[in-house]
Amino acid sequence: MPAMLEVQNLKKYFKNPAGMLHAVDDVSFTLDYGQTLGVVGESGCGKTTLGRTILHLLDITDGTMFFEGRDITNPKKKELVTLHEQMQLIFQDPYSSLNPRMSVSETIMEPLIVQGIMKKAEIRAEARRLMDTVGLAARFENSYPHELDGGRRQRIGVARALALKPKFIVCDEPVSALDVSIQAQIINLMLDLQDELKLAYMFVTHDLSVVKYISNDIMVMYLGQMAEKAPSDELFDKPMHPYTKALLSAIPEPDIDNKKKRIIMQGELSSPVNPRPGCRFMPRCQYATDACNATQVIEECYPGHFVSCCRYKEVNNITD
Amino acid sequence: MADNILEISDLVVKYHTDDAIINAVNGINLVVKHGETIGLVGETGAGKTTIARAILRILQTPPAKVHGGRIVYRGEDLMTKSEAEMRKIRGNKIAMIFQDPMTALNPIERVGYQIAEAIGQHNKVSRAEAEERACDMLEMVGISAERYKEYPHQFSGGMKQRVVIAMALACNPDLLLADEPTTALDVTIQAQVLEMMQSLKDKLGTSVVLITHDLGVVADCCDSVAVAYAGEIVEYGTVEHIFKHTAHPYTNGLFGSLPRLSSKEPRLKPIKGLMPDPTRLPAGCKFYDRCPNAAERCAAQPPEVIEIAPGHLVKCYLAGGEE
Repeated sequence: MPAMLEVQNLKKYFKNPAGMLHAVDDVSFTLDYGQTLGVVGESGCGKTTLGRTILHLLDITDGTMFFEGRDITNPKKKELVTLHEQMQLIFQDPYSSLNPRMSVSETIMEPLIVQGIMKKAEIRAEARRLMDTVGLAARFENSYPHELDGGRRQRIGVARALALKPKFIVCDEPVSALDVSIQAQIINLMLDLQDELKLAYMFVTHDLSVVKYISNDIMVMYLGQMAEKAPSDELFDKPMHPYTKALLSAIPEPDIDNKKKRIIMQGELSSPVNPRPGCRFMPRCQYATDACNATQVIEECYPGHFVSCCRYKEVNNITD
Repeated sequence: MADNILEISDLVVKYHTDDAIINAVNGINLVVKHGETIGLVGETGAGKTTIARAILRILQTPPAKVHGGRIVYRGEDLMTKSEAEMRKIRGNKIAMIFQDPMTALNPIERVGYQIAEAIGQHNKVSRAEAEERACDMLEMVGISAERYKEYPHQFSGGMKQRVVIAMALACNPDLLLADEPTTALDVTIQAQVLEMMQSLKDKLGTSVVLITHDLGVVADCCDSVAVAYAGEIVEYGTVEHIFKHTAHPYTNGLFGSLPRLSSKEPRLKPIKGLMPDPTRLPAGCKFYDRCPNAAERCAAQPPEVIEIAPGHLVKCYLAGGEE
């Protein structure tokens, strides 16, 4: 049986006055039913673009994609409509992603009305059911977004994404705009929904501690490319790529007994416009040598653990 | 009390809007000792930023109005100072780092000039001297002095935050109010900025009030913590004591909500419900609705602050050890 979603060598470039901006450069992965892929990286690494390109909200520059075995790289308009029923998006900012002039129930009903299969009464009932599913009290049915707090607004976003019974949802930083106590509520809601509806998530975030909770696999991106991809626990136990190591060490942890040694990276992301060949992390990497100027190949260092670093063996003291 | 640089007592701030009165800060007591970093933790709407702005007296009035309390800085009550006296303190003795580096800088002035301006305001120096010191400040925060003449839009987020920090430290303040200085930044840049603030603090001996919602940041760089909830400080103590002997249920809830790298638990334990509406605060304990161990008297009468261990203050009935 083919994987639910298969992405091969996906590329998305933007034309820019200064040249070609390589937002997503040669990313491949597969995602199975009911699984979660976490995509992490700093701002500007292309993680949002990756999600949007998969959903066909942006045109693909190069690469192929399969959804349930069908080629969805260049879908016809009609195919795209059915595709969007099965693939949905939860946005980052619950403040700007809702139409301020639509009430809660109108927002949730809209995808169902556009789909045009159900009768009006059915749609209304379905919207109520969805509100109940995401934990929104029925009394908010006629409220408008400005009357609600961030956590409830994000619940509307989740309900709207669920309306068409998708199999796959791209979650673009769904909790980063929320307070920790509310963030935990939304994360638990998303995990419950996944168990119940067998949803597959692509969870895009910059917060590594959140992603660990929710993901089966984690992909670390750097300047449009995959730096490392591994099962969640393994990535945290045995990070191989120097960038992943630095990223993990930079997370401040609420633990005063085990203070870790921080690896402070020098500098910032270099420009993704016309990137130079070779390893893109090289200018900030403490292990960089001349060998890093060559184009990096992705190696499988353990089963299911991929790393794109030519020196990962030396860096991690691995002997064959 | 010579070892306290700042003492806030019974501070009450309300916002008077057309529709309602918002009780933002409800009787806060807070002490900042010389040379320490105190973390002020809490969620959106807990009143953290209002406290910082009240200290500098830069609350927008109206709608904000200070209804009482004293803010004593080095033995002098800031509330009774004239505006001219306050101007000499702001940016000179007490400086503030604002939350969003993208909007804290003037987009049409060169960054170097913005730093030199603060130096020129508070010191009798020539323009050339001010410029020279501004260059030194840029170098100190890790930006090459060559970029003196650039504009904010030419800097990245992390660099802008460094400029804002350079600006705040330009006059060697005794007290730095840092309002979520790293929230808008990526973790790797956050690590750089925190490291830099720590080393500057060690060098200059500045006391810091670090406002944040991130307990991880607190564990990393603070000496003591004050946890704010609905305009009150519900727990106060040393970092060590609060992290190891958490007493207030809200603080406990915050720890439970945090995803941790080291834990293997499959689910987070969020605090149920939401922060109370600041226009209609409950009569009793503000955390009553969301508290897992709320008792009847919690709803009736707000709890007093009790000291459960030397220097560890908790505003909760149940923390005292009884039942």
